[in-house]
Amino acid sequence: MKFPVILLAILHTHAGLITQMNDQTLIETTCRSTSNFQLCLSTLLANPLSATADVAELALIIVDAVKAKTETALSGIEELKWLHPELTDALGQCSNSYKAVLKADVPEAVAALTRGVPKFAEFGMVDAAWEAEICEGSFERVAESPLSELNRDIHDLAVVAAGIIKNLL
Amino acid sequence: MQKMAFPGRHALHEPSHSHIPSSYAPLLDPATTSAFEAPDRQCRRRRSSVVALPLMAVLLVVALFSVVALVTNGNKPNPMVSTPPESQQPENMIPSRRGETEGVSLKSFRPLLGAPKYSWTKKLLAWQKTGFHFQPKKNWMNDPNGPVFYKGWYHFFYQYNPYGAVWGNIAWGHAVSRDLIHWRHLPMAMVPDDWYDINGVWTGSATILEDGRLVMLYTGSTNESVQVQNLAYPADPLDPLLVDWVKYPGNPVLVPPPGIGSKDFRDPTTAWLTPQGKWRFIIGSKLNKTGISLVYDTKDFKTYELLNGLLHSVPGTGMWECVDIFPVSKIVENGLDTGENGPGVKHVVKTSLDDDRNDYYALGTYDGETGKWIPDDPINDVGIGLRYDYGIFYASKTFYDQEKKRRVLWGWIKETDSENADIQKGWASVQAIPRTILFDKKTGTNILQWPVEEVERLRMSKKVFDKVEAKPGSIVPLHVGFATSQLDIVAEFEVDKVALESINDTDHTTYSCPTSHGAAQRGALGPFGLLVHTDNHQTEQTPVYFYISKDTEGNFKTFFCADHSRSSEAIDVDKAIYGSTVPVLEGEKLSMRILVDHSIIESFAQGGRTCITSRIYPMRAVYENAGIFLFNNATDATITASLHIWQMSSAYAHS
Repeated sequence: MKFPVILLAILHTHAGLITQMNDQTLIETTCRSTSNFQLCLSTLLANPLSATADVAELALIIVDAVKAKTETALSGIEELKWLHPELTDALGQCSNSYKAVLKADVPEAVAALTRGVPKFAEFGMVDAAWEAEICEGSFERVAESPLSELNRDIHDLAVVAAGIIKNLL
Repeated sequence: MQKMAFPGRHALHEPSHSHIPSSYAPLLDPATTSAFEAPDRQCRRRRSSVVALPLMAVLLVVALFSVVALVTNGNKPNPMVSTPPESQQPENMIPSRRGETEGVSLKSFRPLLGAPKYSWTKKLLAWQKTGFHFQPKKNWMNDPNGPVFYKGWYHFFYQYNPYGAVWGNIAWGHAVSRDLIHWRHLPMAMVPDDWYDINGVWTGSATILEDGRLVMLYTGSTNESVQVQNLAYPADPLDPLLVDWVKYPGNPVLVPPPGIGSKDFRDPTTAWLTPQGKWRFIIGSKLNKTGISLVYDTKDFKTYELLNGLLHSVPGTGMWECVDIFPVSKIVENGLDTGENGPGVKHVVKTSLDDDRNDYYALGTYDGETGKWIPDDPINDVGIGLRYDYGIFYASKTFYDQEKKRRVLWGWIKETDSENADIQKGWASVQAIPRTILFDKKTGTNILQWPVEEVERLRMSKKVFDKVEAKPGSIVPLHVGFATSQLDIVAEFEVDKVALESINDTDHTTYSCPTSHGAAQRGALGPFGLLVHTDNHQTEQTPVYFYISKDTEGNFKTFFCADHSRSSEAIDVDKAIYGSTVPVLEGEKLSMRILVDHSIIESFAQGGRTCITSRIYPMRAVYENAGIFLFNNATDATITASLHIWQMSSAYAHS
């Protein structure tokens, strides 16, 4: 009498595991198509929505991560301007670059992904990665960049986003 | 390629006959690397960035580079550029999907050591605005839409964002002109305010019916992001300026058919009359990775019949955007109305490839009965063969100008600087100067594109240079006596016959404009050409040049390239090298035309057989600090150039 119930429970869990595995597989396959499998995987798995997301939605999750990191960078920049007035020019460039990411690149990518014209999303994320490079490059020959880690994070996330987006073209 | 001792550096394979030292120091120093490693090495990109190095390592590299330079015979290898070996493809092979850098994957930039200029001044940004190319007063533009000649006016519509210098909130901008050069801006023709286009009033085309009425068919992105086709028409057909437009209340008139993705159905073409008396047009899509063109017939533009079978398809090309089909005459020197066909007619089919952001075309034969088109040369089929333009040129569209009987081509030219620069300057994108298209009777395999003749009305003062000689390894300043930001240059080149005959086997199978090191890479018979937007010390320079290679059997191949690796000291601009082979027939002189207009140049070789449009954002070579030069970086051949250079006036837009 208990046996069928237990069997049912096992089957249900198994089915649940299979579904999860399938979603895992889409995430894995998608991340394999990017240049940074680990970063892609960890960022997606950290967001519960990724379990039931399609490829465009996975891209949106990464775009959102780019946005979050960029916001962090921008508030960091404000602080740094106080602490290091000698870096004003470089920090100003970083500020311009990251404001462009928030004002233009991220909204463009979100709009394009939801409307099924991924090429504009690719433009947006490629530019976001570039803006991070520009920020980092603005410290060259001036000082050690105080934003290296953040710049690298934003750059790499944007590259991952672009990689996912390519699958949609 | 020789691998250098340190990681990520490759020396260049040098052509075999480069032992003759030049009498001048090597002209053009290659640029250096950027701050980050681009992990995406294997695809679609010619240069990769390198991981940020501590200053010491950078200086070490420079030192080693100088040693290498001294050792290699006056030819500059470029150890700073790591080029994946797979991308060393000869230009005449079927272009791989690993195309140019632009817009496809990471843009590359290499900040030059010693030039920490990272902010644009208002003056420099203001210089970038063009003097005679179409652009709205501000904000973002992309695809040309619905170009048409109607009641004495050329109409131009375009994808427009009224709110910012980036794609989004897309509406139809509108402008009119009497001559395709002087434009009058009008209010937006259509905005995304209906459920069937609330997410974007996207690309479409105009059709003039038999009774002279004008209808517009365009793609709308619905409230659920489905791509549908909608009908619109002038509110007042008697208004030659067509200011106001009405969207058909029964929209959408066409939705994605079964089997076609709801987001893979856009950009309807101009329609033409079939022998059965129906209006026919095509629309691009994809099935998995096969790019396709669907065909529809209609009698009233309200109900449609999908033809069985496609116009054409090509596997592996991906989504076909902005498709176009039009006839060209093999016999007469004028354009043809879209519906013409017959024995003296060939049909061009064109597509914009979403995958690599380039416009491709092929010549073939269209059968009006079956609604099918067959390419003349399947190896160079649509999407895998010839391009309209080897630089930045996308979403292009033709129309038939019934007034002057010509087929005219519009093309969207985007920015290649960073988004933050676009936001600072408040605008992004221009259109190419409209080009006439003709069948190239001499080769039979190409079309010829040429700026419409009306642009020549902007020519003002002229300077002529007759048979200017440039020995191997030389730069000759061309003193024109006027500012050089807006120019029309027509140049012919002759190459020293003795050198052409005697040189054997240069890098015939390996040279390719995008994978080369641009004008700095010396060969026996090239590169030679012009430097535009160049300051006196050639710190910033833009070479547009020919490069001739020769194989062991004495066959020549001519390349036409535009090199942006040193166009600007700015770190936030793209530095690609564009170009392709250009057919040069027996007895033809090498000729090029360049329209120089601030941040855009359009270069044409052999009367428009090969075209390159590119964007330039200098920080020094602007206003009175810029000039033009003739250069010859070949090691063996002397060249002689004859040039006509006109200063171009501006075409002010009125609102």
